[in-house]
Amino acid sequence: MKHYQAIVIGGGSAGLSAAVTLKKNGIEDIVVLEKDCEPGGILEQCIHNGFGLQTFKEQLSGPAYAERYVKMAQELNVEIKLNTMVTELHKDRTVRYVSSAEGDVTISADAVILAVGCYERARGAINITGTRPAGIYTAGQAQRYLNIEGYMVGKKVFILGSGDIGLIMARRMTLEGAKVYGVAEIMPYSNGLPRNIRQCLEDFDIPLYLSHTVTKTFGKDRLEKIELMQVDEKMNPIPGTEQYFDVDTLLLSVGLIPENHLAEDAGIIMDPAIRGPKVDDTYMTSAEGIFACGNGLHVHDLVDFVSLQAARAAEGAAKYLKEHKDRGRAVAVKPGENVGYTVPTCVHPQDACANVEFFFRVRKPMDEAVLEIRSGDQVLRTMKKRKLMPSEMERAVLTAKEIASLKEEVIIAVKEAA
Amino acid sequence: MYDVVIIGAGITGTVLARDLSAYHLKIAVVEKENDIADGATMANSAIVHTGYDPKPGTMKAKMNVLGARLYPKLCEDLSLHVKTVGAFIAACGEEEEKHLDILAQRADEREIPYRFLSGDEARKEEENLSDGVTKVLDFYTTTVIYPWEAANACMEVAMKNGADLYLNSEVTGIEKNEYGYIIHTVKDDLITRTVVNAAGVCADRIAAMIMGDPGFEIQARRGEYYVLDQDAQPVKHIIFPVPSPVKGKGVLAVPTVYGNTLIGPNSDFIDDPLDNGTSFDGLAYVRQNISKTLKNIPLNRSIRTFAGVRPTCSKHDFIIEEAEGFPGFINAAGIESPGLASAPGISRYIIDELLSKRLILKEDPEAVLTREAPVVLSELSTEERNEMIRKNPAYGKIVCRCEQISEGEIIDCIHRVCGARSVKGVKKRVRPGMGRCQGGFCEPLVVNILARELGISPLEVVLDSEASRILESENRK
Repeated sequence: MKHYQAIVIGGGSAGLSAAVTLKKNGIEDIVVLEKDCEPGGILEQCIHNGFGLQTFKEQLSGPAYAERYVKMAQELNVEIKLNTMVTELHKDRTVRYVSSAEGDVTISADAVILAVGCYERARGAINITGTRPAGIYTAGQAQRYLNIEGYMVGKKVFILGSGDIGLIMARRMTLEGAKVYGVAEIMPYSNGLPRNIRQCLEDFDIPLYLSHTVTKTFGKDRLEKIELMQVDEKMNPIPGTEQYFDVDTLLLSVGLIPENHLAEDAGIIMDPAIRGPKVDDTYMTSAEGIFACGNGLHVHDLVDFVSLQAARAAEGAAKYLKEHKDRGRAVAVKPGENVGYTVPTCVHPQDACANVEFFFRVRKPMDEAVLEIRSGDQVLRTMKKRKLMPSEMERAVLTAKEIASLKEEVIIAVKEAA
Repeated sequence: MYDVVIIGAGITGTVLARDLSAYHLKIAVVEKENDIADGATMANSAIVHTGYDPKPGTMKAKMNVLGARLYPKLCEDLSLHVKTVGAFIAACGEEEEKHLDILAQRADEREIPYRFLSGDEARKEEENLSDGVTKVLDFYTTTVIYPWEAANACMEVAMKNGADLYLNSEVTGIEKNEYGYIIHTVKDDLITRTVVNAAGVCADRIAAMIMGDPGFEIQARRGEYYVLDQDAQPVKHIIFPVPSPVKGKGVLAVPTVYGNTLIGPNSDFIDDPLDNGTSFDGLAYVRQNISKTLKNIPLNRSIRTFAGVRPTCSKHDFIIEEAEGFPGFINAAGIESPGLASAPGISRYIIDELLSKRLILKEDPEAVLTREAPVVLSELSTEERNEMIRKNPAYGKIVCRCEQISEGEIIDCIHRVCGARSVKGVKKRVRPGMGRCQGGFCEPLVVNILARELGISPLEVVLDSEASRILESENRK
């Protein structure tokens, strides 16, 4: 069995960043396993601008952003196996993959970084009734058909869900000559980035129906009509609010889910709040030497943060490979009031060698609020926050010194200003 | 001129075609849809019921018991996936327990093995069984199969033995002539000595084409289901409530061959027999009623909902008989549950008791009734997989990440006899799109493979029916 210092599963934005960072940290003997025929992952179909503002201080398209990392990886001689699908991961860090070139192969490593990305929630996971004809796609699927394969999926479009891919596709399909009749969002607020609402809907006069959902589809062969209804505060459709749109296409942008079957099958402990593995401050999962990052850990709204987090996971893996030491007791980090989750979910005070940044999301929009980080009776941090949205990931840092002195679990909470 | 034309390529028609192909007969199967197994066979509970349930003296009872006994051999001959999971009939309280005794008595008479479990004993084996369950009747030999695979394998065998399949050929009229019958379809007209009407929800209309008033009506009864992700496996056995005379077998939980769980169905009579859309009320009924027998069912792990339409006969039984005054015109109508389990029995009965009176049944020594299973890479050992990939690198290119299906397997299913012609056809045969992402990633790849292998443009690739195109137009580059 071939053995590596580190295996990176996934050659998208997270995997490439992780691989580059491993090399920069002196971990030379690594391999990236990528299922697709080229590196870059989902960025390859995101041909719109807006990537890289944080990382490169400029606006890039998805493929251009990916290209920067591909170049860095090439310069550092990162081995990337393409057309290679990982089929199994085990806690002992053996990885099984299949490819046309090599067949069914098992390899092992001292460290594994999961950079596996996410998938789109499908129709069956939400309650749309009616027929199941052609003409219903996830937003990402329609994006692939249009941007990679060169085909429009339809001309009269409705979009369910105000996730960013749906908003981007509303603009993209409008520019390509389709009529987008509207975007429905079951929540009373949008789930996409505010800039996408502005640039993709408002600039094109596409109506956004908040507190509305698509309840039924019609048509035997191809979609012919959808039923839109308003929902109450419990998200139940309100009888009498039915509206109908004669459309041939329904795009679903109703959520992204970390692609977690490898980690789950390996018996790695998962965090139901993110549907990805639980990780510590070095992004190590419950399985020693196995790390997770990017959208395969929790869904990000900006690729820049995916790259950033993947680099941190790679630094964590490099540290683990070099030190291999017991990091002492773990102190849990938990979401408090109005916070849905935190990543990471624990820190190690006895090995607090660096500041730790926490990623979290609020549960509801808040105009004015106070972020509070506390441990037991002690309040470590309070910070005024404005315009908090569930669709925008928040970040907060604890210093190495603060972490070193932690005794009790850490709570990250956001209190709404009265 | 055909000896037998079978109308309807569901499980009844395809099993019959396969069994008939053992004889020196010219056989055709006509189907209105773009693929076989597209009606009730498409959407059902996938259970081979052992035959304890139908009332004594009914055709249903006779066919179910016979069919269930023929399944092991059929599965072996056709290399079908089959899983023995057992069926728990869960009674809540004394009234329902009495009904278990009736079922056990029927099982005794039909020599079907069973055992009784107390509520607590059953909960030890099935932790999500609800606390209200007081007694369980376990039909532990009950199996689940993959109905599309069964129908497809049967049709493939029949076609290899010379049977013809006419897809997209809705029957528009039937005439009797001196030799037999002329079947008019929207495409071809077929002349045949005998006809078997296995047209599912349309069987009454087909029968009326020749009989005028066939003396029975088919009422479409819709059943809706949730499909749960493979990583949420709330049950190990099929869990039934005690059957009710009004609502049929009730809302079940079924562990399928591939590890998904079906939760459903409801039972609603509908006007349009071809309406297999789901409904708000129907799915709500399923959600409410599953809680009678089970707790902690993770419906939030649903990856799909679907509806199937069962052909319920106004005579409350299967009708399997020659139409009076029309020699050689045989109705196989009202084949609702347990139709899947009964199919091999119905086929034998039609051949041995009905067609044998109208045709000379001479076995064809050349006929091959077995089928070699298609390659399923994920079921092979590493050595076997490597051997396959060496011979054909397409087996090393995984297209469907959820179900780990290779491009080679998809290409195979397109080029096999009775091969896939649509995205759904591929899905029914080798399963890309059955997993949690529901084709989010693999559907565009499957479209490309279909276009390439069929020699058509991706614009011509369809989801299911001939008119269900997936792509609207080429985009300016």
